[in-house]
Amino acid sequence: MSIILDHVNYIYGSDTSLAVHALKDINLVIPDGQFIGLIGHTGSGKSTLVQHLNGLIKPTSGSIYFNGEDIHAQDYDKKKLRSKVGLVFQYPEHQLFEIDVFSDVCFGPRNLGLSRQETELRAYAALKQVGLEDDYFYQSPFDLSGGQKRRVAIAGVLAMKPEILVLDEPTAGLDPKGRDEILDQIAKLKEETGITVILVSHSMEDVARYVERIIVMNQGSVMFDDTPREVFKHYRELEEVGLAAPQVTYIMQALSKKGMPVKTDVTTIAEAKEEILRVLRGG
Amino acid sequence: MLRDITLGQYYQTDSVIHKLDPRVKLIATVCFIISLFIVKSWVGYVIAAIFLAVSIRLSRVPFKYMVKGMKAIVFILLITVVFNLFLTPGEALVSVWKIRITKEGLQMAVTMAVRLSFLIVGSSIMTLTTTPNSLTDAMEKLMKPLKVFRVPVHEVAMMMSIALRFIPILLEETDKIMKAQIARGADFESGNLIKKAKAMVPLLVPLFISAFRRANDLAMAMEARCYRGGEHRTKMKPLKYAGRDRIAYGVLAAYFAGCIAIGICL
Amino acid sequence: MGIIRTERLVFEYIRRDEEGNVEGITRAVDEVDLDVRQGEFIAILGHNGSGKSTLAKHINAILYPTEGSVWVDGMNTKDDKDLWNIRQEAGMVFQNPDNQIIGQVVEEDVGFGPENMGVPTEEIWERVEESLKAVGMYQYRKFSPNKLSGGQKQRVSIAGVIAMHPKCIILDEPTAMLDPNGRREVVRAVRALNDVEGITVLLITHYMEEIIHADKVFVMDKGKIAMQGTPREIFSQVERLKQLRLDVPQVTLLAHELQKSGIGLPAGILTVEELTQALETVQKYRP
Repeated sequence: MSIILDHVNYIYGSDTSLAVHALKDINLVIPDGQFIGLIGHTGSGKSTLVQHLNGLIKPTSGSIYFNGEDIHAQDYDKKKLRSKVGLVFQYPEHQLFEIDVFSDVCFGPRNLGLSRQETELRAYAALKQVGLEDDYFYQSPFDLSGGQKRRVAIAGVLAMKPEILVLDEPTAGLDPKGRDEILDQIAKLKEETGITVILVSHSMEDVARYVERIIVMNQGSVMFDDTPREVFKHYRELEEVGLAAPQVTYIMQALSKKGMPVKTDVTTIAEAKEEILRVLRGG
Repeated sequence: MLRDITLGQYYQTDSVIHKLDPRVKLIATVCFIISLFIVKSWVGYVIAAIFLAVSIRLSRVPFKYMVKGMKAIVFILLITVVFNLFLTPGEALVSVWKIRITKEGLQMAVTMAVRLSFLIVGSSIMTLTTTPNSLTDAMEKLMKPLKVFRVPVHEVAMMMSIALRFIPILLEETDKIMKAQIARGADFESGNLIKKAKAMVPLLVPLFISAFRRANDLAMAMEARCYRGGEHRTKMKPLKYAGRDRIAYGVLAAYFAGCIAIGICL
Repeated sequence: MGIIRTERLVFEYIRRDEEGNVEGITRAVDEVDLDVRQGEFIAILGHNGSGKSTLAKHINAILYPTEGSVWVDGMNTKDDKDLWNIRQEAGMVFQNPDNQIIGQVVEEDVGFGPENMGVPTEEIWERVEESLKAVGMYQYRKFSPNKLSGGQKQRVSIAGVIAMHPKCIILDEPTAMLDPNGRREVVRAVRALNDVEGITVLLITHYMEEIIHADKVFVMDKGKIAMQGTPREIFSQVERLKQLRLDVPQVTLLAHELQKSGIGLPAGILTVEELTQALETVQKYRP
């Protein structure tokens, strides 16, 4: 049970002079149950990559396998794939359209041809999973706050019961608290259901706290693919391509340079605090 | 994908045609289209073809690029040709079963094909060499006399140029919303007409909401930048005729007069 | 008197249900007093819905106060005769870069404001050139805005405002939709305007890294000014900021956590250098 990308290439407008090589020879294995951060700046190919995962974009060359089956094989059921690989786009609240929140979340499961009862059960469960209270269920989605709208939109994808949830910049435009709330909710969902989560972001600081694996994209290629700890060791290279390690990495590097015997490979504030306290207290 | 429609989109290069005043190009295009319907003999079409070829050459827009943009219209062109070819009564040339191709039909089909393709290429030279903005400027200026009849010329021109600015943005947005709904299992392709129309709701509602939101934002941004209609407004790029525009008008007048003469005599 | 001044500014709007019946009144801005001096760099922080954008729209006379008054360079925004002068002197940059660029070529967009003001053609060209140079976008003057990155588009929007020769410029979450690179570009351009051109800047944001260099910070909550002071004063109150749905840069947070564990660090640490230096001192004098 996994997604495998095998030598995937994607070229935009290949028949014109303006051809762009958006993805270059991508080889990835995404096993079940991982929490992955996909990092890269705008134009690095990360959004293009995630659209390959549920077959919205067909690779120019190479293959993608979901649970061992080639998703671009002739008789492969794409609709089913899309229910298994749930993709939440950037600013997903811009896709809400129904008269009330509940109907909007029902859209996905209804498209799968499920019974009315099953559809509604799933919609209800999904709205609970994103932490939306019952009071909002029959309100127009357009009357909600930005953060709530986003939850509804994420529930719309969750209601399809995906095995893999891909979120493209789920915190864009939210304030710091709203950002933390959404990320915490996703982490909780991950823990409770064991679903595979791929979090697309351009902020290392946001994802470092949550994920167990970071894939860094640059100019259409995979630049790093490792645990956060290992990836942040390359903070200089990351900087060169316009990304940055979390600020704690820089703090620890600077301290180490000043001769303080701290470990430099910490990834979160809590770890940094422990480490500094250890050294200061002469541990 | 929707973005790939290049029909007549501005092609940036440096040429005499690019430098011409947009009013000249606008008037020339109108005259050229009229000329296609005045001349009825092959001499006339040859002259029109020469006029067109010279313009293309001078515009420095690669012919290949122009033809690529025409792909979308080939279908319309084919239908016209087929209809004219098979449905014009007259002297039969070929007759197979119930299908007859007549001499008149053949003539008509060829004429229509030539006219249509000349018309499209001719007007695309204008749009390829003129930014939409200067085109709307030209329209605003040429239609200024209509202000006497209370036609809101400036407002219409401003609306057109804003629409042109937002078309690519909205197309991209359509693409994105469509993909997002497909990711939620939406099906925009299969089913009968009613089902298809219904399937458009999840696409159109968000699109309209977005368009209104953008319009609202834009109106506010324009007001914040002191926009208050056409009054008191100066121009960054005022239209002024130069020597080459006068020459162009001369050439155009000669061509047009020639076409009229041919139309009457032949 | 300062360049921007508000006195007991209140803005209320009426909420209506679907049938148009009045449901209640929301006070988006609640008795705000501001006094901004010429040349200052002011940051206004606040979570979404705290009223900071509503406040900003008053300064450009897009919204009018329900109660109280707003003065821009001594002109009351309620005076209709000064409307266009106010809009020229207090330029505004909005959040979404796509929804504020009117021109289809960069230079034409920058010229839009001066055109509206009736500036003579030759001067428009001069202004467009200097404005684009001020934000480092001159080499893109012939580009279509659709071909630019988010950060570049926002810089064009800023140039469009500078070309109107404003005394102050209000930026309403100009970086909210940008990636870190774009954010840095925009903040750098804004700082340069303030430093080099001496334009008063009012930056509205919820990214804490962007306000480190501000002269003064106002934090808004529920329409009121909840905190004000220098960045250092603001950042030293980590707990209070968290209550207001905001956060602090990681370095400030780490310093705060260490303090809580009994390490003697000064309050309101803003940069990596400050923290490492302070920690070095602590280590040196460790008992």
